[in-house]
Amino acid sequence: MGAKQTRSAQKYQDLTDKTGFSPEQIKNLHKRFQQLSDNEETISRENLEKIPALANNPIRKQIIDAFFDKRNQHQNEVGAFQEIGFEQFLMVMSHFRPPTLKTTEEEREAMRKEKLRFLFNMHDTDNDGTITLEEYRKVVEELLSKSGAIGLEAAKAIADAAMLEVASTNVPHMAPDDFYEGITFEHFEQILKGLEMESRMHIRFLDVDTMTMRCGKSKS
Amino acid sequence: FPAFCHQRPCSLPERGLLLLMVLVFLEGSVLPLGAASSPDTSHQTNLGDHQGTHTGPNSTKKPFPVLAVEYDRVQIPFEISLWVLLASLMKLGFHLIPRLSSIVPESCLLIVVGLLVGGLIKLAGEEVPPVLDSRLFFLCLLPPIILDAGYFLPIRPFMENLGTILMFAVVGTLWNAFFIGGVLYGVAQIQPANPSDLHQLELLPCLLFGSIISAVDPVAVLAVFEEIHINELLHILVFGESLLNDAVTVVLYHLFEEYAGVGTVTLLDGVLGVISFFVVALGGVLVGAIYGILAAFTSRFTSHTRVIEPLFVFVYSYMAYLSAEIFHLSGIMALIACGAVMRPYVEANISHKSHTTIKYFLKMWSSVSETLIFIFLGVATVDGPHAWNWTFVTVTVILCLVARVIGVVGLTYVINKFRIVKLTTKDQFIIAYGGLRGAIAFSLGFLLNQDHFPMRKMFLTAIITVIFFTVFVQGMTIKPLVELLAVKKKQEAKRSINEEIHTQFLDHLLTGIEDICGHYGHHHWKDKLNRFNKKYVKKCLIAGERSKEPQLIAFYHKMEMKQAIELVESGGGVKLPSAMPSTVSMQNIQPKKPPPAKPVERVLPQLPKGREEEIRKILRSNLQRTRQRLRSYNRHTLVADPYEDGFSDLLIKKQRMVELEKKMSNYLTVPAAPPDSPTMCRARLASDPQAYSMKPVSDSVPTIQVDLASPQSPDSVNLLDEFRHAGQQQPEVEDQGLMMKPPSGPSGPNKPREADEARDQQKLMRCLSDPGPSADEDEDEPFLP
Repeated sequence: MGAKQTRSAQKYQDLTDKTGFSPEQIKNLHKRFQQLSDNEETISRENLEKIPALANNPIRKQIIDAFFDKRNQHQNEVGAFQEIGFEQFLMVMSHFRPPTLKTTEEEREAMRKEKLRFLFNMHDTDNDGTITLEEYRKVVEELLSKSGAIGLEAAKAIADAAMLEVASTNVPHMAPDDFYEGITFEHFEQILKGLEMESRMHIRFLDVDTMTMRCGKSKS
Repeated sequence: FPAFCHQRPCSLPERGLLLLMVLVFLEGSVLPLGAASSPDTSHQTNLGDHQGTHTGPNSTKKPFPVLAVEYDRVQIPFEISLWVLLASLMKLGFHLIPRLSSIVPESCLLIVVGLLVGGLIKLAGEEVPPVLDSRLFFLCLLPPIILDAGYFLPIRPFMENLGTILMFAVVGTLWNAFFIGGVLYGVAQIQPANPSDLHQLELLPCLLFGSIISAVDPVAVLAVFEEIHINELLHILVFGESLLNDAVTVVLYHLFEEYAGVGTVTLLDGVLGVISFFVVALGGVLVGAIYGILAAFTSRFTSHTRVIEPLFVFVYSYMAYLSAEIFHLSGIMALIACGAVMRPYVEANISHKSHTTIKYFLKMWSSVSETLIFIFLGVATVDGPHAWNWTFVTVTVILCLVARVIGVVGLTYVINKFRIVKLTTKDQFIIAYGGLRGAIAFSLGFLLNQDHFPMRKMFLTAIITVIFFTVFVQGMTIKPLVELLAVKKKQEAKRSINEEIHTQFLDHLLTGIEDICGHYGHHHWKDKLNRFNKKYVKKCLIAGERSKEPQLIAFYHKMEMKQAIELVESGGGVKLPSAMPSTVSMQNIQPKKPPPAKPVERVLPQLPKGREEEIRKILRSNLQRTRQRLRSYNRHTLVADPYEDGFSDLLIKKQRMVELEKKMSNYLTVPAAPPDSPTMCRARLASDPQAYSMKPVSDSVPTIQVDLASPQSPDSVNLLDEFRHAGQQQPEVEDQGLMMKPPSGPSGPNKPREADEARDQQKLMRCLSDPGPSADEDEDEPFLP
């Protein structure tokens, strides 16, 4: 018992350093991980797809894919996992940590970049470094996927208009024959500057072990 | 205007100043004259009558009075109009003097004007009219301001920070009230050696005074914060606090007033007070919400009587306020709830012109009200009665500041434990410094009964001093302080479609992550509420097709509408006045290259040359004029690859709009952009309600599906088939008042065009003769964004 505890404490310490979560948060997330994985070591896409609350989410597939995306592990790898362990799970979750009072300006900038990178990876499915018109259309279509036929028709127009906006913001003077390849990461950062990602893209991670952590998957 | 200034230096501002002085003198003299003349004229007429009846039949016939003066009959409306006119002219005057309005906030200037007018009236020896009569204030002057604030309340930041706002509003106000009241009582009791007036002061009146003076005033906050353009978070915190502390003030006021006569407050009364607080607050919100839903439901049926649509909004809201006041519930909260609840549904139902009307009427009334309130404050100050007591007044002022600072710091310490985005010291300073007092405190003091509160005059003096201090000192210095501390300013609210897409995306993403975490947090409940809203509420309260429209599409249509209006207003055919003129067009976006597998350049090489020519000819004959005309635009140049599917519907739409606006430009009045006064800024930068946008046209957008990849079918036939097919798909368009039904013409190339034309005409019809909104920055704030 004692040995096991020190081992897990050690592991948690590593994870704390790597991801920035506090030990209590890691413990809670680990509990959740074990719930999702049926007490196995890894989870697969099916485990996540079984969460009932996610069923209503229009971008469910993208979210699940993001967990299995190698790019989000910051190891300079590409491709997708088939299954992920707790550490990878935690790495993905760490993108959603909020800034604290002690976060300096540089850290905030880095945090914003990291979060924007996460979003960018979600859109850039073929990993060519740009979000092409097709990919962007797909994004908007997915967003409107729960809205039926109205959504699909307008999705194209919206995506086109959005792309046009990005292009005209970042490369204002294009000759009629120039072609705008796609949204690069810099352009992406530029257009989403106003949203202040570091203050918006976060969720509350519980410090305290409370009973509000309900089991999200069906108990079957 | 600036050019003038250069040529004839300072002549215009000087003239403006002169005009101001003249107006003030006029005002000051007319009012007492009016008061003085009425008894004279009535006296005269009486005499005349008397003479007439007395002399009887052998009286000499008086010559028929060609011109008579009878002021009595119109006195009250006349004076009211005169005051309103004065207020508005003052506003005009201030903005003619450029430098003044940037140094001194408008509220200060208006109070000074009020002082001047009051002084003039007093000099003339007349009785100063009791202008800040509490009934007038609470029933006529306050509601427009609050309704304006509630209707345009930015729901998203408000809800996100609701906990913080409530803490400040409830706990903060309670702390202020008891601290100030308690310490004042303590101070009043010291110095037993030389007995002064203060010793008469008992605890309960002190506490009552404390509760009156402790509430942050929404009118003053609005007036000052409008001009400093502070970032959204701080603005909503201070402003939200000023709105929600009304419930606390009402309860405390009634509680202490009730028992001041008796002299003691027992524990039972305290408990009852707490219960009363919940009743007042929640009851107010409930009353407001009910009226809001009623208004939304009513607006569903107004498609045939568009002219009175704004009336419903105003009357329902006012009724909500009055109904809440009947039961001594919080009228302010009722008004806020009513406005906030009804807005998303009403906006979806009413016509574009009604939307503009509502916006402008609200801004106009609230602006006039605010101006009048400050002027009246000045007049009431001159009026008195005053009882100056150095100790009391200075201690009050100091205590207000101290209590506010301690309260804010203490509360922030607690709140930051629960907030994710913490409040920094700078934020705390602004929140503390922005705690301005205003006319509500004065009116509440005015309402006090002289018998129960012998120190009423002293209270009033102190209240006025605090108000003057906060408005003048704090109001004038907050702007330089904000600059000095480099507090984050409000960002230009230019909502781009990309931001909107990603806001939505983020919402769903965060909800998903929360679900994966198993944590039922903020996003989860918001999502649930949104879905409930979409599924049930919208169907009830929104008419027709728009009830199903997803938010993103609504936003997109609104943007299109805005661009269409801009197009129309700029006279058409000219370069668009866009913020970032660019030469990028759709052509640059549309991939010339096919999907990576195919070779470069030509789209689909399978087609024989002759086929291509035929197709090109057909398309050209349909789209020829469009191309030529649209080449002059920048953003909307749709000189795109005609072989790319889907774009042509946009093309046709834009082409139709161009043609139509040429026709319509005769009817339009293109106005000058409104000046950048604070109230206009409010109109512009404040979260603008979602502009009404057309019903989704995407239902049956006829697409020219030129399927070049399939070599088998003759494409010309395909084209015609598509048109016919698309034409049949057209839905029954609901009657929208001024609307041109698409003529049921022959099938073929003409039909979809006309359908589009009708649709676009509807779009334009709705925005015709309405110069307003395009100049304003619209901040889209849907129900639960």
